[in-house]
Amino acid sequence: MIEVRNLTKYYGKQPGIEDVSFEAAQGEILGFLGPNGAGKTTAMRILACYLPPTSGEARVAGFDVLTESREVRRRIGYLPESVPLYRDLTVSDYLEFVARLKGMPSSQRGSRIRRVIEECGVGEVRDRTIGKLSKGYRQRVGLSQALINDPEVLILDEPTVGLDPQQIIEIRELIRSLSGRRTIVLSTHILPEASLLCRRVIIINKGRLVTADTPENLKNRLRRSMIVDVVLRGDLEAARALLSSLPDVKSAAALVSKEGVHTIRVESRDDRDTREALSRVLVERGFGLLGVGTVDLSLEEIFVQIVTREELD
Amino acid sequence: MIAIYRRELGYFYNSIVAYIVTMVFVLLAGYFFYNLLAFFNLASIQVMQNPVATQRLSLTESVLQPLFANMSVVLLLIAPMLTMRLLSEERKLGTAELLFSYPISDWDVILGKYLAAATVLAGMIGITTLFPLLLLGYAEPEWGPIVTGYIGLLFLGMAYTAMGLFFSSLSENQVVAGVLTFGVSLLFLIIGWIAPFVPAETARVVSEISVLEHFGNFSKGIIDTNDVVYYVNFSVFFLFLCSRVLESNRWRS
Repeated sequence: MIEVRNLTKYYGKQPGIEDVSFEAAQGEILGFLGPNGAGKTTAMRILACYLPPTSGEARVAGFDVLTESREVRRRIGYLPESVPLYRDLTVSDYLEFVARLKGMPSSQRGSRIRRVIEECGVGEVRDRTIGKLSKGYRQRVGLSQALINDPEVLILDEPTVGLDPQQIIEIRELIRSLSGRRTIVLSTHILPEASLLCRRVIIINKGRLVTADTPENLKNRLRRSMIVDVVLRGDLEAARALLSSLPDVKSAAALVSKEGVHTIRVESRDDRDTREALSRVLVERGFGLLGVGTVDLSLEEIFVQIVTREELD
Repeated sequence: MIAIYRRELGYFYNSIVAYIVTMVFVLLAGYFFYNLLAFFNLASIQVMQNPVATQRLSLTESVLQPLFANMSVVLLLIAPMLTMRLLSEERKLGTAELLFSYPISDWDVILGKYLAAATVLAGMIGITTLFPLLLLGYAEPEWGPIVTGYIGLLFLGMAYTAMGLFFSSLSENQVVAGVLTFGVSLLFLIIGWIAPFVPAETARVVSEISVLEHFGNFSKGIIDTNDVVYYVNFSVFFLFLCSRVLESNRWRS
């Protein structure tokens, strides 16, 4: 649905993005992840045909964003980060205006607007002026305008920025409900959001693509050793000594102790799974084993690792 | 284009903008009309004893022609106010980014906005047709010059609007757009004044590009293709420049 090859955009001499290539299949939610100023917005603007690329190629639904821009624009829904709406219009007037601009025939316009208003949950405010709406509702109206032509591709630039936690959850739910056969590209600098919503994540930093993978694979790839937290009852030092003596264990460190219950963090050599072995010995030696669980690196940690490693290279 | 036109017209008429603009224009035009008419009245009474002078006294020349000239100047003050926000506001608020992501061409935007502002101007000019109609009960005005005078005013308004739209595309600051429009359209109006002091060839050019020069014929009741072509070209030229600016903004940003 989206193919981007060696895409480069220079602002004067300053690169916005450099040599970025990626793809997105139909129905996929693709996340753009990166710190502020990494080039996420530039990439999205190019996909939305707002900025022409300096070099490279970007195709949306099979059409080139530069030479077949109108065909692309017919098939996308775009929501810029700042959610620029006409504040003097009411929600329904605004959607009517956008539906006309997107070339919807008048016979379908009414029903499509009703449908979108319902999907995005802006029914209560349909006759209110956009300027008087809360940020959360404005975001929903922004999504409504993007959806009005029933686009094949949705491009959302930081769709949850500036919302309160409740609104963030609602908007994420909404975005998830909008996927399906639709391809969604969204950018975010909030890492858990990417792992919650996206099937694939692209990490960009300083205009360059750092890596592209599923959130799970990213975690796996970076986990050079497996980390297991063991919760047990009994003598802490004895347990620690016992665990350290196991062949696959690199280190075992006491993490917390509370009312006789200790948590020990065990790091294995390479990525060997030590869980079975260590629970067996602990039970055999009479420790009260309360829990064994792997510890995931959060996307934050992955991100920091990837970006810092990139900078070291 | 129609969607943009409707939206812009809605902006003007759903807010106070169009009404204030129309009111100010009609009040000023009314004031000029009253003054000119009162002076004409006085003059007619004074020359009543002199049949030759009475013949010389013409309603068209003494009231309508100066009225059109005055209105053309007021138009110059009002047009920039209407046009200055058209494109600069879209850029300032960031709505341009969304607007140009829709499957429409730059010309849809340009023509929609141009025609909407021109419609507001036409509406306010249209209301002033009441003034010559008022004369109907008391005198026999010549209809020809009145009709052509209004056609001239419309051409003039459209020329200023096109220029205003162009300047509005240049800056995201409305004041900059407005002042530039005002300054340059004033220059186009008075550029003919320099004609007597420059070489003959230059003088010809200067008076040919003067807005005022081409307006004169209309208020005298003459429709010269020369003048029509001038105004149409004037508008098309600035609308074209405007489309170039939109295009280049995209590449530079």
